[in-house]
Amino acid sequence: MFEIKDWISKNSKVLDLGCGDGSLIDSLIKEKSSSGLGIEIDNEKINKCLEKGISVIQQDIDNGLENFNSLSFDYVVMSQSIQALKKPEVALEEIVRIGKESIVSIPNFANIKCRVQLLLTGQMPISNALPHDWYSTPNLHLCSLKDFEELCKKLEITIIERRLSKINGEETFLMKAFPNLFSEVALYRLVKEN
Amino acid sequence: MSKQEILLVKPKKFFIKDAFKLESGEELDGFEIIYETYGELNSDKSNAILICHALSGNHHAAGYYSEDDKKPGWWDELIGPGKAFDTNKYFIVSLNNLGGCHGSTGPGSINKKTKKEFASEFPIITVSDWVKSQNLLREFLEIDKWLSVAGGSLGGMQALQWSIDFPDKLSKAIIIAAAPKLSTQNIAFNEVARQSIISDPDFEKGDAHPKKGLGLARMLGHITYLSEESMKHKFGRELKKEKIEYGYDVEFEIESYLRYQASNFAESFNAHTYLLMTKALDYFDPAKKNDGDLAKTLSDSICQFLVISFKSDWRFAPEKSKEIVDALIEAEKSVSYLNIDSIQGHDSFLLQNARYENAIINFLKANV
Repeated sequence: MFEIKDWISKNSKVLDLGCGDGSLIDSLIKEKSSSGLGIEIDNEKINKCLEKGISVIQQDIDNGLENFNSLSFDYVVMSQSIQALKKPEVALEEIVRIGKESIVSIPNFANIKCRVQLLLTGQMPISNALPHDWYSTPNLHLCSLKDFEELCKKLEITIIERRLSKINGEETFLMKAFPNLFSEVALYRLVKEN
Repeated sequence: MSKQEILLVKPKKFFIKDAFKLESGEELDGFEIIYETYGELNSDKSNAILICHALSGNHHAAGYYSEDDKKPGWWDELIGPGKAFDTNKYFIVSLNNLGGCHGSTGPGSINKKTKKEFASEFPIITVSDWVKSQNLLREFLEIDKWLSVAGGSLGGMQALQWSIDFPDKLSKAIIIAAAPKLSTQNIAFNEVARQSIISDPDFEKGDAHPKKGLGLARMLGHITYLSEESMKHKFGRELKKEKIEYGYDVEFEIESYLRYQASNFAESFNAHTYLLMTKALDYFDPAKKNDGDLAKTLSDSICQFLVISFKSDWRFAPEKSKEIVDALIEAEKSVSYLNIDSIQGHDSFLLQNARYENAIINFLKANV
């Protein structure tokens, strides 16, 4: 199965925004002799990072990332959290400013299961990629692939590569043919030419 | 706590005969340092941790002096067998800083030249001077490199200074509730504390323990070490007696507490030391030599950093710790930062708190 780390070359310096328990950085250190710094807000997840010996900064991404210099990391990663931010547009601009290259993944709200659920039941969809009830979801700004790509265009961000997947699944023929309809998650390699 | 879990400790002394040049340009004609150690130094001497104390601290950081001793060292909540700084694993060294009043050379010591107490003649000591003297203690103990240098408040500033002045002599710096330099407000508080001491007539007459002045300084300090919430929680508006008496005697519990703290402190602490420590705080500004560029100042540091702040600390607010963290990020150093939920204000660093302790345990355990 394709993973974010497959896009990261050896000996890189990686900033993982919303790094969770630090698994990505942990595997990058072990498998790619890279160095990593995690940003996380959740107390428990920060403890998990420290248990693994991973450097982690407690910081709320919604309060800005001005403390990071431009192009100071080879890669900036944000895995399925941009939709949970208060200002995804600002965050995206910051991500491509800090990273020489950036990797952002999003859950696809226009996935067929979501569309069918909303159409037939008249209720907010729940899926593998979007498992929360409307009242307890951390997601504030859900979008489709099309929406995200339009935002990239507006911000003059180049999409170098896109990978589609299902949660725990490979890219399928249907996804390739109708990405906005069939993929559950999309991964993007982004760069901003200055 | 069972008997064998009680850490029984004994202070030791170490002496430097040579002249010791200070940052101010003045010189000490040798000095002595009182210190304590807890735990055992391992065979490759790789488990030594230096603990640096804050403004009113001393070398007695943990344990008891006897089985009947009621009061443990000032950081006993975090240092001891099975605690965050685990004395079963680490060899902990804690000293009383130069200029102190608990056994190390300070204003209360006898000046060899005049055969009298130094008192106000004792030279001003800076954080860099402390670190330099601590490094002599490291050499005396034949420790090539500290596993960690750790401290809260003014102690955290010493840990930061270590990473700048002796970058290859520590593997990990733990900087808690500290700041890269004092804020204007902080200097202002220190000045009120100093003026209350200096303006006490007893102090002018040569009393090193002026009850009024030193007590007032301590009262003010105490208020800034606590948060409004923790004060409310601890004392509320409780009265000592049943009702108010429309007078100026102690009525509220908080007044009684402050007065008690003040008189206790004034008896045991040297006023000259207090003045000196507040000056060391005010002068601390390692980035000054690089026009305020802390990242540049830290460029030679090679240790890992753990920076911790507490949300209710307004004396050394989280933003101050964040300044250290941001400079370390800019300087591309290995750094972790936690901002801990705690209502106890600046004093939080002295107290047990699961997240705080876990962070220290894991940071010390992680590979260098």
